[in-house]
Amino acid sequence: MTSELTIVRGKRTVGQRILDFFSRSVVNVVLVIVALFWLVPSVGLFLASLRTSGASASSGWWTVFVKPTQLTLENYANLLSNPTITGSFWNTIMIAVPVTFLVVIIGALAGYAFAWMEFPGRDWLLIAVIVLLAVPIQVALIPLARLFGAIGIFGSLFGVILFHVAFGLPFAIFLLRNFFTQVPSELLEAARLDGASDWRIFVQVILPLGVPAIASLAIFQFLWTWNDMLVALIFTNSESQPLTVAIQSQLRQFGSNIDVLSSGAFLSMIVPLIVFFAFQRYFVTALLAGSQR
Amino acid sequence: MTDSAVAPVGMDRGEGGEGRPSHGASRRRTFFIALGFLAPALVLLGALLLYPIVYTVIRSFFSADGGQFTGFDNYVTMFTNDSTFTAIRNNIIWVIVAPIACTVLGLIFAVLLDKIKWSTAFKLIIFMPMAISMLAAGVIFRTMFQENPNLGVVNAALVGINSVFGDDAAYPGANVRPKTGLAGEHGIIRSEQAIETGGEMNFPLVGIRPDTVPEAAKPAEQAQSADADQITGTVWLDFVKGGGGVNGEIGANKPGLPGVRVDAVAEDGTIAGHAQTDDTGRYVIDGLKQGSYTVALPAANFDEGYQGVSWLSSTFITGVVILSYIWIWAGFAMVMIASGLSAMDRSLQEAARMDGANEWQVFRRITAPLLSPVIIVVFVTLIINVLKIFDLVYVIPPGASKPAANVIAVEMWRVSFGGGSNQGLGSALAILLLLLVLPSMIINVKRFREERQR
Repeated sequence: MTSELTIVRGKRTVGQRILDFFSRSVVNVVLVIVALFWLVPSVGLFLASLRTSGASASSGWWTVFVKPTQLTLENYANLLSNPTITGSFWNTIMIAVPVTFLVVIIGALAGYAFAWMEFPGRDWLLIAVIVLLAVPIQVALIPLARLFGAIGIFGSLFGVILFHVAFGLPFAIFLLRNFFTQVPSELLEAARLDGASDWRIFVQVILPLGVPAIASLAIFQFLWTWNDMLVALIFTNSESQPLTVAIQSQLRQFGSNIDVLSSGAFLSMIVPLIVFFAFQRYFVTALLAGSQR
Repeated sequence: MTDSAVAPVGMDRGEGGEGRPSHGASRRRTFFIALGFLAPALVLLGALLLYPIVYTVIRSFFSADGGQFTGFDNYVTMFTNDSTFTAIRNNIIWVIVAPIACTVLGLIFAVLLDKIKWSTAFKLIIFMPMAISMLAAGVIFRTMFQENPNLGVVNAALVGINSVFGDDAAYPGANVRPKTGLAGEHGIIRSEQAIETGGEMNFPLVGIRPDTVPEAAKPAEQAQSADADQITGTVWLDFVKGGGGVNGEIGANKPGLPGVRVDAVAEDGTIAGHAQTDDTGRYVIDGLKQGSYTVALPAANFDEGYQGVSWLSSTFITGVVILSYIWIWAGFAMVMIASGLSAMDRSLQEAARMDGANEWQVFRRITAPLLSPVIIVVFVTLIINVLKIFDLVYVIPPGASKPAANVIAVEMWRVSFGGGSNQGLGSALAILLLLLVLPSMIINVKRFREERQR
């Protein structure tokens, strides 16, 4: 590739090279401006979250460049000493972690069955799973609210977890099944001839080889659940609400509480951002594997 | 690996090959093992996805409280009820605008990425919003687009740009000091009597907030005496904080008001000449024909000035929410298309360039057609996603413009949970969403079948 490019360049005239240099600079400048535009929202929120409530009520975050004295960690101190916020932060973890864990385990079991086991109706079941990929969650809100109410788990963490697991499964099964079929069949056959049961093959061959796919799925599912608001809005109460619901309830007094809103919103972003920057490669893999949710 | 391992290689994966006994008993055994692996998933999918779909379909034919069968009434209501109809109309706008905007931006970014050295950093910056919740993104955009230019960064930028290009200062609240020969009506401040050319007309004003006087303002100075074709004078803030000075007279460090437009109005009402005050508040209107003129400060001097756009009002709200969506999802399109580009064999492009094709021709004739499969995947994904849009529309619009920003998912929530308690209509809206994503389900299944045949 590189050598080809240099050959091509070598043939170009001085005029073309100047033009090339010029167009590259234009592209650089344009993309710098685009990048700045894309950064302003998050940077603005971050700066707003570091300003005193008095400053937030009377001026915008950009004034910190003129008056850095308005910067403070007070909002975060207030947030972390607010039991509603800390409780909802804990709830978010208590929802996102079990959901991720369950979706991966149940999805991997089913993914293995679809990839490597023969049973009647397998293809039809798989097509059913693919159809379910795009089902909007709105379809399940009313019946599950009633069902969960009837069995007494409406408003509990368990109910939200169950909802997320069910809606995470089609994508999990689809993604893992696709990755598992790429495992060389010789490995499985060898294990079978050695007398290994399906369970042992699953645990000792498929799971270790499937780690990259499982990591992609786990990160995707974790971010998805962490960031959810709609399901939690309906299926949690003030005891079990996650961070997103706790923050949106602050929106009603928007204007007088930018300090709370901005620091709360940023608090909810910290974990996803860390996960994103640490594992973005896996996140992209999950997206590329088809994320039609 | 002995010779016994050779046979299974050609076998179909899984059960049923010659290497293993395939009696009914064994088949049944494998079936039960498979069932064991599938059971947790099947139970959950059946109880929490399939059952709800069936329930919602049936429920959509019943009344608000579920007691009465009403046929297609809920579906009729959906298209006749104002608020539901607005939601459907907005969803159509969303589906047309958002996926196209995201895909086009993503395509442009992905193609331009090749030309810069910091492409990884650029990708991260554009892609990062994908990681955060739509709630956080909503809070961000609602804050950015606030109307008050002191608080919302977008209007602050607009007002800033406007004040660079428009040079007239604004002094809202200005009024005349009584008994100074001035009259104020309809926001215009003028001399009570006409002034002869060569004369002088001063404007001592009050009622202006001291913080609206620009920093460039200097203490007011007496105007120089006028020539025969001129009228001169001074406009100043006739007020000294803490008292002092003589009312109606320059001095005691009273600030001149720079940038005020002063008109000389002829007797027939036409403006014969105008001038702008300098930093000390002085003005000189020259080139006047001999005669008498009313000297007036037009109302434009005293209005609030340009205050930006009411972004969160009903008129613009859907645009703002769509913009926030683009901020989040353009990165998705870019990453998908960029990975399609990097997997592409570039020799065709290079050959075309050698043959003298310019970059645009290379893109249109070679790159774009090769990319079309991935572009279609991105586009379909975005359409499904946009149809179900909820969080951003729930979070960004303030109460007054919520009805104008409505979409199906939000309306579904509102009528069934957010105070509406009409679960019949809610179910019908949910089924509408399901019907809208149906084509993409079919596409998914088709694509899957094609892949298997390869």
